[in-house]
Amino acid sequence: MNNIVIIGNGISGVTLARHIRKLSDKKITIISAETDYFFSRTALMYIYMGHMKFEHTQPYENWFWEKNRIELLNAYVEAIDTDNKSLRLANGSHLNYDKLIIATGSKPNKFGWPGQDLKGVMGMYHKQDLDNLEVHAPNKEVCKRAVIVGGGLIGIELAEMLNSRSIPVTFLVRESSFWNGVLPEGESQMINRHIKNHHIDLRLSTNLKEIKSDENGKVKSVVIEETGEEIPCNVVGLTAGVSPNIDFVKSSKIETGRGIKVNRFLETNIPDVYAIGDCAEQHEAIGNRRPIEAVWYTGRMMGETLAQTICDKRREYKPGHWFNSAKFLDIEYQTYGWVWAKPKENETHFHWKHEDDTKCLTVGYNKDTNEFIGINTFGIRMRHETFDTWLTEKRDVDYVMNHLSEANFDPEFYKHYEAEILSAYNKQLQTA
Amino acid sequence: MSLAKPDAINITTKQKVALATGIVGLLILALALFNTNFPNQGVFLTLALGMVSIGTIIYSREAYLTKLEGIKNDGVWFKSISSRGVWGWLVGVILTSFYIVLYFYPQYLGLGVDGAANTGLISLFDPLSQLLSGRNASQWFVYGTLYTIAILAFGYKFILKYRHNRYQQIRTISVMFFQLGFAFLIPEFMYVMNNDLPYYDLKSMWPLNYYIFDEWSVSGFLSNGNIGLALILFGIITIFVISPILTYKFGKRWYCSWVCGCGGLAETAGDSFRQLSSKKMSAWKIERWLIHLVLVFSVVMTTAMVYTYLGYDSNDFWLTKGVFISLVIGFLTIVFAGIMIFKRHELGKDVKYGAIGLFAVIILLVTMHFTGTTEHVFYVKAGALRSAYGIYIGSIFSGVIGTGFYPILGSRSWCRFGCPMAAILGFQQRLFSKFRITTNGGQCISCGNCSNSCEMGIDVRHYAQKGENIVRSSCVGCGICSAVCPRGVLKLENDSMNGRINPTEILLGNDVDLMELVNEK
Repeated sequence: MNNIVIIGNGISGVTLARHIRKLSDKKITIISAETDYFFSRTALMYIYMGHMKFEHTQPYENWFWEKNRIELLNAYVEAIDTDNKSLRLANGSHLNYDKLIIATGSKPNKFGWPGQDLKGVMGMYHKQDLDNLEVHAPNKEVCKRAVIVGGGLIGIELAEMLNSRSIPVTFLVRESSFWNGVLPEGESQMINRHIKNHHIDLRLSTNLKEIKSDENGKVKSVVIEETGEEIPCNVVGLTAGVSPNIDFVKSSKIETGRGIKVNRFLETNIPDVYAIGDCAEQHEAIGNRRPIEAVWYTGRMMGETLAQTICDKRREYKPGHWFNSAKFLDIEYQTYGWVWAKPKENETHFHWKHEDDTKCLTVGYNKDTNEFIGINTFGIRMRHETFDTWLTEKRDVDYVMNHLSEANFDPEFYKHYEAEILSAYNKQLQTA
Repeated sequence: MSLAKPDAINITTKQKVALATGIVGLLILALALFNTNFPNQGVFLTLALGMVSIGTIIYSREAYLTKLEGIKNDGVWFKSISSRGVWGWLVGVILTSFYIVLYFYPQYLGLGVDGAANTGLISLFDPLSQLLSGRNASQWFVYGTLYTIAILAFGYKFILKYRHNRYQQIRTISVMFFQLGFAFLIPEFMYVMNNDLPYYDLKSMWPLNYYIFDEWSVSGFLSNGNIGLALILFGIITIFVISPILTYKFGKRWYCSWVCGCGGLAETAGDSFRQLSSKKMSAWKIERWLIHLVLVFSVVMTTAMVYTYLGYDSNDFWLTKGVFISLVIGFLTIVFAGIMIFKRHELGKDVKYGAIGLFAVIILLVTMHFTGTTEHVFYVKAGALRSAYGIYIGSIFSGVIGTGFYPILGSRSWCRFGCPMAAILGFQQRLFSKFRITTNGGQCISCGNCSNSCEMGIDVRHYAQKGENIVRSSCVGCGICSAVCPRGVLKLENDSMNGRINPTEILLGNDVDLMELVNEK
């Protein structure tokens, strides 16, 4: 039982491999067709922007893998034969495993738009997408305009990327305000304004009807559903979310839904086959989490947990308090605990925004018990450990508001806003 | 097609004009270098320095003030000058040549020898030198002026670049202030007040200021009564008292990225090259050996130097050769023993190298003293040792390589591989300081912006992605890793010594029981 094969060399698979190595002497093989070595997917944007080169996005030097006896195999898995514990690779060869872990991540969603497979249409997820973008949008002369379809985290990152090369961007967002399925109204609208301040042509409540081709099968323009307007462009970025990258699993006996179905131990229906990261789907969501969590941190946590199970210390995946972060152009965002776009029944929000329109926060709490539930901050850094502790201790919102400065994580000499926030909070209580 | 990179010279008309202005200013200096006789040197010098400064200022304003506040690293790895392209190498060659001429052939800069009048570039600076101290310029005055202009002009650029970040702004104002005041103006005024005093940049400590304990320097100070004595005492107090206290409270950054001139140039004029420092493990290994060897070299050299000019008879002066060598050995032994007794459990590999180096120095000094090779260290004269240090470390390493190679090795190669001062401060920072860079729980996404922008070549991400605080002897606390982090993961802090180094296996945010189980072994 000592031949461990991991499909996928992203954060989930690599974290798993590292932790198995720390705990044991098992043979570990990581298969990927994307790149030879692990890189940070979240950093792809910085390569296009010229902040870093590709090698800088690799968290481990190339000697690391051999030193830790983690074999890397550049191959594409076509099919899984769970009866014989064997993988069929695209080059025709086979690979046996004792334990198999599927950590193949996501792929960009495509919703059957006419023209979605034209040249110049791409997602922004894989290394190949980046290479593709470099071909079709090297500069503003070759790419006179780009249209991005889908207003989420990848969409705004793609907009920032293209903006860095002065390529005009039209940003089509289906929702009435940017990412407002996740962000409360005040935050979402502040980001709308920030996007526009960067001279990005943000179109809210706007859907894509079709992508038109020129005579060479390349993107020529897009047509807007609502108005019929045709926007000439050379690149279309499809960033309307991602879904599990599991087509090659469908032919096997492994149970799938939208993702690969796993229990709380990250086990599939087939013994010795596991799934972690973006491609795993919990039978039942854990707490307030989604059944599929396509987030860097959860991928890593699943890897940390599953390594224990693989090394004979079977362990449930029990993530702690929710946290996440992102950056919207120049505005950093952090969240701890739960802040819903719209407060649930018996919950309410306190929202504060700085007059310069680049900083704000929203605190969610139970309006009956006053228990603090979560916080979103924009433009102010917060200390993870402090909020994790407060959430565990079930602090009430007054305590959190009065001790907010303890959680501040901004660099030294930064202006502090806690007093202003607290007075706004107290004022709201009086008027409420 | 795929080779087509975005246009690197993608600058506005205003920036082109600014660039041209700066180049004309440099051209005046170049003409002077090639012995063009300017009729009114004062006017032309003002013109040259003014145009360089104004060019830089207008260029920077156009580059940063036309955009929203935020991180401004777009295209850094595309631009030829900041990614070891043709322009990078060209600037490297020009800078290196300048340093070689400056240190070894000042006559080509126009230095008048044996009382002759200056010519060329140096004579162009005579009016300014006359204005400040009433004497003609030397090659060091020319260098000091250009150095100061560079820190001020590029410091202004840096402040605009990080105008959303008060830590960066305040820090930069600090290095600009110390360069202009302490390194440039005060020594000139001190000369006016008392022209026998050796040049003394008050903020420059031994062993960075390796010549302060030279015989000519010490006797220069001592022959000037109380003010001279006060200055040399100040020199001793800074290294043995002031510096340890400040480093304990704030880390070595108080000096390296707030005060030091070498650091000041690296942080301002060198900012465009910070990403070029190697983050490889192999580079770190070289660094640990090299910097500690230089430290050993400087301690032995200085000890041997002082030793040679002290006397034997305590009736002449209480500090005899014997007393001095005992003091040095005693001090080093206390430091060595202290580390071994109190800090041995914390000793990383790098610190062990340092401790071994220290021990080697003690042995060497004992051997020197008792074998009677008084004037000779291993049969090399102390004077020869001193001049070797001056040439190879003081000039070639810190100047020619340290600054000349900015566009190749990054902006802090001297600070990282060579500076003995940085080694001492780093040693203390690693073992006895409240300073660390705190990692924010589990928020790291391993993107690598922090490591990329570390001028000291620290692989910051290596720690951040493990949720471990960064406590590294080489960290100069510039704070750029924290600034460029897109997820708010890093914070420079002075906090309690306890739990400063916190290696973890499982990061915050996962199963609490699992974290406890795995992290507590």
